[in-house]
Amino acid sequence: MESHSTYVPKSGFAKWFESRLPIAGLVHSSFIAFPVPRNLNYFWTFGAILMFMLVAQIVTGIVLVMHYTPEATKAFASVEHIMRDVNYGWLLRYLHANGASMFFIAVYIHIARGLYYGSYKAPREVLWILGVIIFLLMMATAFMGYVLPWGQMSFWGATVITNLFGAFPIIGEPIVTWLWGGYAVDNPTLNRFFSLHYLLPFMIAGVVILHVWALHHVGQNNPTGVEVKSVKKDTIPFTPYATVKDAFAVVCFFIFFAWFVFYIPNYLGHADNYIEANPAVTPAHIVPEWYFLPFYAILRAIPSKLGGVIAMFGSIAILAFLPWLDTSRVRSSTYRPLYKQFFWVFIVCVIGLGYLGGAPAEGGYVIAARILTAYYFAHFLIVLPLLGLFETPKPLPNSIAESVLENGHGGPALAAGATAAPDRKS
Amino acid sequence: MKKTTLLIAGALAAFLSAPLAALAAEGGATPPRQSWSFSGPFGTFDRAQLQRGFKVYKEVCASCHSLSMVSFRNLSQPGGPQFSRGQVEALAATYQITDGPNDSGEMFQRPGRPADKFPKAFPNENAARAANGGAYPPDFSVLAKARTYSRGFPWFILDAFTQYQEHGPDYITALLNGYVEPPPGVTLAPGQHYNLYMPGNAIAMAKPLSDGQVEYPKGPDGRAPVPETVAQYAKDVSAFMMWAAEPHMEARKQMGFKVIIFLIVFAGLLYFTKKKIWGRIGGDPVSAA
Amino acid sequence: MADAATTQEPTRRDFLYIATGAVGAVGLAAVAWPFVRQMAPSADVVAAGAPVEFDLTPVPEGQIVKLFWRGKLIFIRHRTQKEIADAQNVQIGSLPDPQPDSARVKDGKAQWLVVYGNCTHLGCVPLGNSGAYGGWFCPCHGSVFDTSGRIRQGPAPTNLPVPPYTFVSDTKILIGGGAAA
Repeated sequence: MESHSTYVPKSGFAKWFESRLPIAGLVHSSFIAFPVPRNLNYFWTFGAILMFMLVAQIVTGIVLVMHYTPEATKAFASVEHIMRDVNYGWLLRYLHANGASMFFIAVYIHIARGLYYGSYKAPREVLWILGVIIFLLMMATAFMGYVLPWGQMSFWGATVITNLFGAFPIIGEPIVTWLWGGYAVDNPTLNRFFSLHYLLPFMIAGVVILHVWALHHVGQNNPTGVEVKSVKKDTIPFTPYATVKDAFAVVCFFIFFAWFVFYIPNYLGHADNYIEANPAVTPAHIVPEWYFLPFYAILRAIPSKLGGVIAMFGSIAILAFLPWLDTSRVRSSTYRPLYKQFFWVFIVCVIGLGYLGGAPAEGGYVIAARILTAYYFAHFLIVLPLLGLFETPKPLPNSIAESVLENGHGGPALAAGATAAPDRKS
Repeated sequence: MKKTTLLIAGALAAFLSAPLAALAAEGGATPPRQSWSFSGPFGTFDRAQLQRGFKVYKEVCASCHSLSMVSFRNLSQPGGPQFSRGQVEALAATYQITDGPNDSGEMFQRPGRPADKFPKAFPNENAARAANGGAYPPDFSVLAKARTYSRGFPWFILDAFTQYQEHGPDYITALLNGYVEPPPGVTLAPGQHYNLYMPGNAIAMAKPLSDGQVEYPKGPDGRAPVPETVAQYAKDVSAFMMWAAEPHMEARKQMGFKVIIFLIVFAGLLYFTKKKIWGRIGGDPVSAA
Repeated sequence: MADAATTQEPTRRDFLYIATGAVGAVGLAAVAWPFVRQMAPSADVVAAGAPVEFDLTPVPEGQIVKLFWRGKLIFIRHRTQKEIADAQNVQIGSLPDPQPDSARVKDGKAQWLVVYGNCTHLGCVPLGNSGAYGGWFCPCHGSVFDTSGRIRQGPAPTNLPVPPYTFVSDTKILIGGGAAA
């Protein structure tokens, strides 16, 4: 990572160490001196919230593994052992189970913020694509984690989702058998899902490092979408300004999190998952966790098995092409009156798909799901390319500092803040 | 912008509220809401109710329904029925537990100890089905969390705010009270019984409770403090099942209150700290705007 | 930082920072506790450590029986008259961990020795009826115990400890009886 650093080692030891491993300088440049646009709103705190959620999931997960047994006849009972007998086991499990949902709530807000403010546009395409990869890894991790308690939804969710791969002609069947390690979802499947569920979060952490690296290379987007013109006027140092703002937002998010963990811990789960897996009985409604519902609706909307699978994976893959599908030169919706409307229509479309994903696949729901699926893809393939050509954007402010001044703030104190901001090399 | 959002949300709500009818029809009648001592943020179990519920379980349900994940010792732990240690030891000793193998390699029976789990009603699922006309009486350990009913939009969203989490006990109570004569025109398969609240209305379990069936402990006036009726038995055993499914619920809710108060104080302090720090550069343009 | 100090009252601002930091530290410690506590024995493990009864009648003289209490190995040794005499006729002062035999058995039950079965050096299981003193010999690092389970030679620092137990009848003991369960 290139250095914004003004870090000067003070003690003799620090000098000796820094010349051999410049880690203090790296931390200083990334998390202390790093220049942050001064006009970021609270939607920009979700990066920090997600960082916390990743760490929280890894820590609670490691601890749960100390008590969990990944074996088909014992898994369900071992989870109940955690809930009943392990000291604070109920707390750790509810933190982990609800933590997954909180992670997705935060990531959906994070993604929506990126969509609204055009954060995927040049030069942030790679940053965005890394984010899409993290999202995919999160989905895989969450899916495999949900299998581990070996309840009815675990088992049948695993069966349904792994059967998706059977949609491919010729290779489908062998792939599914290979995924299962048998001829049905069974103990070998549970064991490998456990192994991968433990591995993937560390891969997420690895991609997160790349994501943050890319972010710190190109700098943060901001609500105006106007690039930083003067580090002195437009930015403030990460610490203490962004640090304390992020800390405040993280604690507020934890209040929300705690509400679920302590008062409605099973609200986001399924009652059926408190019934031990039974290969002879399928629950009346197989529904994935809420965060998969929009994609599940897309899967079910297409009347062919292969078509449904392609559409479902396509609906996520298409995000990676977003930087090139959106033809507008303006980033932020604040200055794109038409896109702003379409953004909200898109959000409603996704929520609608989520609702339909949880409804039974019959009658009017299927028709509604087809309409919304068509709109989902049309948003990316038709609306975004055309909007850039036909939309007349509002005039952009000349700089971040100017937009802040328009709001009537930061006048005389601007210079004071600037003294704390380091100069960028350029 | 906000108006458009509201408008869309309104249209969406109208569209979303349609489906409950479909789900409700196939799920049986909606169970009536009961009032539970353990609902809400400060809810605690009613010890006497749990003790009565356990008596109903032991005398009526236990012949078919296991409680295999609950140990005798759980009955005396804080937040549960809180029987005395002596009562639990005496109760455990009335059960025969298979232990072993002994020195000659054979399994043997011994009186239960508080550390033992409740023995299963049947050795395995096949034995249970064989004894019950093909139906499998579910284990009670987590059943109160495994049963629910569809609340539909917008109630399922409101439940997150009102903390309504007692779908399971409400459903079980309703089910136990829901045995009626089948309406004309409905024929049931042999061994099936008509129940208002069972999804599909056909249940293999015959009406298990009748008035006066379980004798409740008497109060000082020589009468049981609550009526010995099906309605009361159903409520008591449902409460007991909720405790069996979530034995640390009281600890959870009590800790939750402390945690949330702490987080609110901490968030308040951080808010003012943030305000002070951003004050150096004339304030946060976003939060001030 | 100095620039802002001119406009704000420094003591009040410092108090706010200290209070926020202190509350944060308390929160961090409170969060750490369940993560530490979860590794302690769970409720079922503690409950399974309840006292166990053992019937002594089937144990012939001269034999050592092994059993487990709380997952720990316990030796029950039915000592011969000679072994009892050997254990009693020792100069207590000359022992590395001085303790009379009478303190290691129950009154009037000198034929029954009940000790933990793991060497006090590093936890191996010593072999019974062997070693220079006819008690136990630990094959791992060569500790030698006598017929009272006392350390006589080798690296083990202390005698084999006696678990809490009581005689509930003439031929039955309750291991863990009187101990905190």
